[in-house]
Parts: sequence; C-alpha cells; structure tokens
Amino acid sequence: MKVVLQNLTKRFPDRNKKGGDVIAVNDFNFEIPDGKLIGLLGPSGCGKSTTLNLISGLEAPTSGKILFGEDDVTRLPPENRGVGLVFQNYALYPHLTVLENILFPLQNLKGADKLTKPQMLEKAKAAAKLVQIDGLLDRKPSEMSGGQQQRVAIARALVKMPRVLLLDEPLSNLDARLRLQTREEIRRIQQETGITTIFVTHDQDEAMSISDMIVVMKAGVVQQIGAPQDVYDKPVNLFVATFLGTPPINVFDGQVKNEKLFVGNQAVLPVPGVKDQQVVVGIRPEGFILDEQGPLEVSLRRVEVMGRDTSVVSTHPASRNAQVRSIIPARNRVDRNAPTVRFSLMPDKVHVFEAEGENKALWASPLDQ
Amino acid sequence: MKKKSMKGWLYLLPAMLFLGAFMVYPLIDVLVYSFEEGYNSASQTYFGVGLYNYSYVLRDPYFLQAVKNTFLLVIITVPLSTLIALLISLGLTAIKPLRNLYQTVYFLPYVTNTLAVGLVFMILFKKTAYTDGLINLMLQWFGGSSIDFIDGPYWAKMFVLCFYTIWVVMPFKILILTSALASVNPEYYSAAKMDGTRSFRVFYKITLPMISPMIFYLVITGFIGAFKAYSDAIALFGTDLNAAGMNTIVGYVYDMLYGNSGGYPSFASAAALILFAIVLTITCINLMISKKNVHY
Repeated sequence: MKVVLQNLTKRFPDRNKKGGDVIAVNDFNFEIPDGKLIGLLGPSGCGKSTTLNLISGLEAPTSGKILFGEDDVTRLPPENRGVGLVFQNYALYPHLTVLENILFPLQNLKGADKLTKPQMLEKAKAAAKLVQIDGLLDRKPSEMSGGQQQRVAIARALVKMPRVLLLDEPLSNLDARLRLQTREEIRRIQQETGITTIFVTHDQDEAMSISDMIVVMKAGVVQQIGAPQDVYDKPVNLFVATFLGTPPINVFDGQVKNEKLFVGNQAVLPVPGVKDQQVVVGIRPEGFILDEQGPLEVSLRRVEVMGRDTSVVSTHPASRNAQVRSIIPARNRVDRNAPTVRFSLMPDKVHVFEAEGENKALWASPLDQ
Repeated sequence: MKKKSMKGWLYLLPAMLFLGAFMVYPLIDVLVYSFEEGYNSASQTYFGVGLYNYSYVLRDPYFLQAVKNTFLLVIITVPLSTLIALLISLGLTAIKPLRNLYQTVYFLPYVTNTLAVGLVFMILFKKTAYTDGLINLMLQWFGGSSIDFIDGPYWAKMFVLCFYTIWVVMPFKILILTSALASVNPEYYSAAKMDGTRSFRVFYKITLPMISPMIFYLVITGFIGAFKAYSDAIALFGTDLNAAGMNTIVGYVYDMLYGNSGGYPSFASAAALILFAIVLTITCINLMISKKNVHY
C-alpha cells in the first residue's frame, strides 16, 4: 500500500506556556511507494517517532493529510487504518502468554470482521510461524529473550495483515549480535509479506543496511529522501553528510578562489562553476589517497591498524573536528614517525557546502555521475 | 565457616532480643494463659489446665455478638471499600485538571484523627433531644422518618459503623491504587488503542490484571485490619460496647482484661487466640486465591 504524507504538521503546546508551540513535525511531504522498506532516520528529538505516531493514528496531526493508497485516513482511528505498530519496548502484555498476546488484536474485531475461535487461532499461528516463534506459544513474555519478545511484538502487529507496518526503534533494545540478526529478520519478513514497512531509528547503519529508501530528519524537517547510497553519496547539506557514515565525515573550513577549493591555505581540488566564497568542506574518511605529491598536508598523530584497512589519525589547522580521520588500504604503509603526511583527494568523496545558513551543498564531483 | 555464622547471629542479636521480648514471649504467654483455668493475676494462681476458657468464651453471648459484628463488618466493608476506592482512583487517573487538588482532598481523612472523624459522624447521625442530626433531617426532606443511628435498631448502628469504617480506610486504598494505576506503562494502552480495544475490555483485560497484585494486597490487609477493628466502634458508640451490642472481637478481648466486668486474662487470651485462628485461616484462603488469580 502506497503511503502519502501531505504537508503533515504536528505542534505540541509548550509546557512552560511561554515560547509558543513546539513543532515536532514540520510540513512533511513524502510518498512512500508500495511494498518498500523505509527507514526514518534522525537524531533523538527530531520528530521521527511523532511522524510514526501520526501515521499509526495514535496522534492526530495539527494540519496536513495522510493517504493510504487513495484512502484519506487522516481522521480515522488507528484500528480502521489497517496499520500494525511495533513499540520500542514491545509493549507485550506481561500477564498473557505469547499466543494470547498475538490473539489480542483479533479478539477486538467487531461486526462483520469478527472471526470464530478456530479462525483466530489459525491466523495467530500463521503469524507466529512467520516470525519463527511457533514453538514458544505458551510462554509468558518475561520468560523470553529480548529478540524473541521482539518477534512476538512483530507477530502481534502482523496478525491482522495490516496495510502498513510501523516499527519504532525496533533494534534499540537488542545487543549488537542480535541486532544484526534481527535486522535481516525484519528484511526477510517484509519481503515475504510485501507489506509497506516504515521503521524509525537513530542508527544510520541500521537504516542504510536494510532500507529501500531512507528519510533523514532534523528538528521536525525532512532533510533528504532517497536510496541509502544516493543519500550517502550526494548529501544535500552538511547535516546529512555528518549524520551518515561511520567514521563520520571530516569537516574543514575552506574557501573557493578562482574556481579552486582551498582547505586552509592549500588548494586541493578544482571546483568549476563555484563562485568565490567561504565554504565548509566535508571529506569522507575513505576519500584520502596517500600521495607524497598530494596537495593536502596534515600533522600525523597516530596510525590505527585494523587489518582490513588502516586508519590515519591526524590534525589540520582548518579542521572543525579535533582530529582528521582517514581510512586507507592496508597495503599502503604509513611511516609512523613522520611529522606530516600528504594526501590527494578523491573528488567524489569531497563535498562542498555553504558556510552560512543551512549549509546547502554547493558542488558535487561530476565524476560519480 | 563457624566463625562466620557466629558473626551473622551477632548481627541479628538486637532484633532477636526485641522480637523475643515483645513478640515471641507474649505470644507464648497468651497461649499459656488461655489454657490456665481460673487464673488470677493478683495471686498468680490457677486451678487447673484445660479447654474451659475456650468453651466459656465460645458460649458467651457477648462474644458471639462480637464475632457476628466483626464478620459483618469485614464482609461488608472490605469488598465495598476496595471497589469504591478503585472507582475513585480510576476517576482520579482519568481527569487532568485539578487532579492534585482532588488527590489531596481524598487523602485528607487519612491524616485526620479517627476519634475526630467519629465525633463528626456522631453529630451527623446522632439523635438528641434538641435535634435529629443532619442525616435524619435529610431523610425527612425526602419523606422518610428519622432513625436513631447511634442508639437505635441494630441495622442502623451497623450501617453507621460500616459507613465510618469505609470512610476511614478509603484514603489509603485510593493512595495505593492511584499509584498502581499510574505505574502501568502507558505503552500498553497505546498498544490497545492500536487495536481499537473497547474501554471496558482495556480495563478488564489490561488494567485490572496489571494492578491485581496491589488489589490483593489491599484485600488481605483490609481483612486483617477489619478483623482487628475496635477504635472505630468506640469512637461511635462509646466505651460500653457490650451494652450497645456493637462490640468487636478485639473489643471483647479488651473488656475481658480491663473493662468494667474485666479481670479475666484467661478468657481474654482464649478470645485473642480464636481471633488469631480466624485471621490466619482467612489470610491463607486469600493467599491461595491470589496465587491462582494474580498475574506475575
């Protein structure tokens, strides 16, 4: 089911009653294609959970519209929208067994949708089988691991075969290993059922690894929407560039003079078509090439060997971060005792942003087209 | 190893001394008194040992009256006060404006002296030569005839006693239940809302099981408290409860010790042990029921 959000806005009244309202979601416009897995990504407090609650119907928008396919569901209560929501802490009823938890949504159906007991049982068992917990139906939630509870929560959300499945921080309560496993699991379930799925996360790894599309949010405003690799390669502003990628992008103060990009006082790249101005330069850690004739000179601090590749930690007077981190292939040996190292740069890993205002992207290398 | 356990006992010594002197010894003493026939506390003598004290107490009409009163009080006030407290707590949790004010108001009886509350009830219910009391005046407005609640028929007196007891125990129950309701994770309600669960079903299937441990705690302590009722009856009907026919078991024990017709520690001990047996049985039954019905 296609999900369309039109000018969606949610304001909360300010608690102190002084500063006016808090805008949690500001003029959200987005069309989610049918059957895709969408990651809603942003730092804490950016309004991504509120967006999810608006789609689920737990919160009513201040203005704007929500459409599922052609149906306007903006004013519909949650149960009539055909959505399933998996809560961050799962919200499994602790006094009910797994089976009773999964049955709960079905028992609420009324009128024409009402099911007989064997029908309910069949549906609940099918949902349990889908998430592979069909052997644990008699357990109480407290007798299960976090990963198993997560599966029960997904089964409960899926048992009514919703048109849209929503997951709020689905992996945040799991340990690192389980997280990897569960995100594959979510991907598998989504592909098996073909249900349009939206999940919220603050972890960019999580979002990029399994999503068909990511939506990056900041302070209630959508920054960028696109396929994970596109957003990573062509961030529209400095925020998106710094938010995506581990280790994070290196940020420098720089300027453009005569269509040349300067980092500090070193000219590093030609940037045809950009006017002379102060800029902010972002260079991905993997964008550095060890080169004795390279234009960028940094003071070496230390070299961290990771086996697969090598991380060179250095400083540069124009860097906005305390350290500049560059990742180079392990076969390129760095002299640990050298005071400085020189790099040349891969143009497609260098991003130039406005120094003022929203730090919009000014230039992207034409090479990666 | 041995030294270590010695140290443990040493740490326990102060508590053991106190508990031994003020709990264990008196308990054993009461047990001994209850079997000593014709015990005289002045001369410290008795005639023999046997079950006479129990058979006397169990045949004493005052005691039987006290047992009847106590049981009525328990059966009426415990379920009723818990139910009303639950309704009020649900109401308090549901409202937003002035919630703190209401919570304070409902808690006020708890910090008020029970005798003061008793006095107010007397003024409300008592019929004197000068006035029929506020409640009777109201009864008359609605076309009823006035009843003497303090010195009148048994059911009227029992009604006042139950009313008073419910009034006195309510604030504590409301306090416990409102905090129990507040501690239910709101995500459960969100989850229920997602499925369009009707509000009665939310209450019956989610809220009630989630606060069931607290409800059973209140029922059990409520039973024990009501079985030990005494000061409430005194506050309403004065110290001569046998004459008023409103004595309770604890009141009977007190009267046997220090009352006008008192001075019989053996009878008092026997009555106290009978009360103990009743409370123990009821509490065990309660615990058995709660094990079956209270979740997690």
